[in-house]
Amino acid sequence: MSDTNQRIADIVGDNDVVLFMKGTPLFPQCGFSSRAVAILDHCGVAYDSVDVLQDMEIRQGIKAYSDWPTIPQLYVKGEFVGGSDIMMEMFEAGELQQMMDEKQVSKAAS
Amino acid sequence: MAGPVQQEMERLLKEAFSPTRLDVINDSAKHAGHSGDDGSGESHFTVVIEAPAFADKSRLERQRMVNRALGDIPGERVHALAIQASAPTS
Repeated sequence: MSDTNQRIADIVGDNDVVLFMKGTPLFPQCGFSSRAVAILDHCGVAYDSVDVLQDMEIRQGIKAYSDWPTIPQLYVKGEFVGGSDIMMEMFEAGELQQMMDEKQVSKAAS
Repeated sequence: MAGPVQQEMERLLKEAFSPTRLDVINDSAKHAGHSGDDGSGESHFTVVIEAPAFADKSRLERQRMVNRALGDIPGERVHALAIQASAPTS
């Protein structure tokens, strides 16, 4: 396993919910990342984000890590969930919230 | 008039899936001038595709199938690609 792969594995292993995105939740740099942030905020879960624009190794490595060519990417309990299209479809169907409940992820501080 | 990337996407998807419905929509004009717009006019797309191959596949698998069929286009040659993949109903 390459160093970058190991770094990504550590990040998704150490945090219940991780969003790899362009920009930050406050200042997303891409419409899809912005949408992903909005969905997670609506779910009311605590999450960490990684700004791939600040780290070229992660930006390239994350694509290989899950064999997924685009960003954002959502991981819950170490498992790759999908990009913003899948997040939106799951959210609209109530499945994303259900999955967060089932996996017992922490709620966002209100 | 569809640009070269749009035409290539349509051709690749038709060959891979023989879709019962295929819309490759160029959203680039909506994003002109912001990050990710490379000036090509072919930076942002939405693919709406319906094909029997997607039956009994998860959302993740459907998107992977579409991404694979498109080779290096998603994320490399096209900045943003939204995918709605479904199987024909009944």
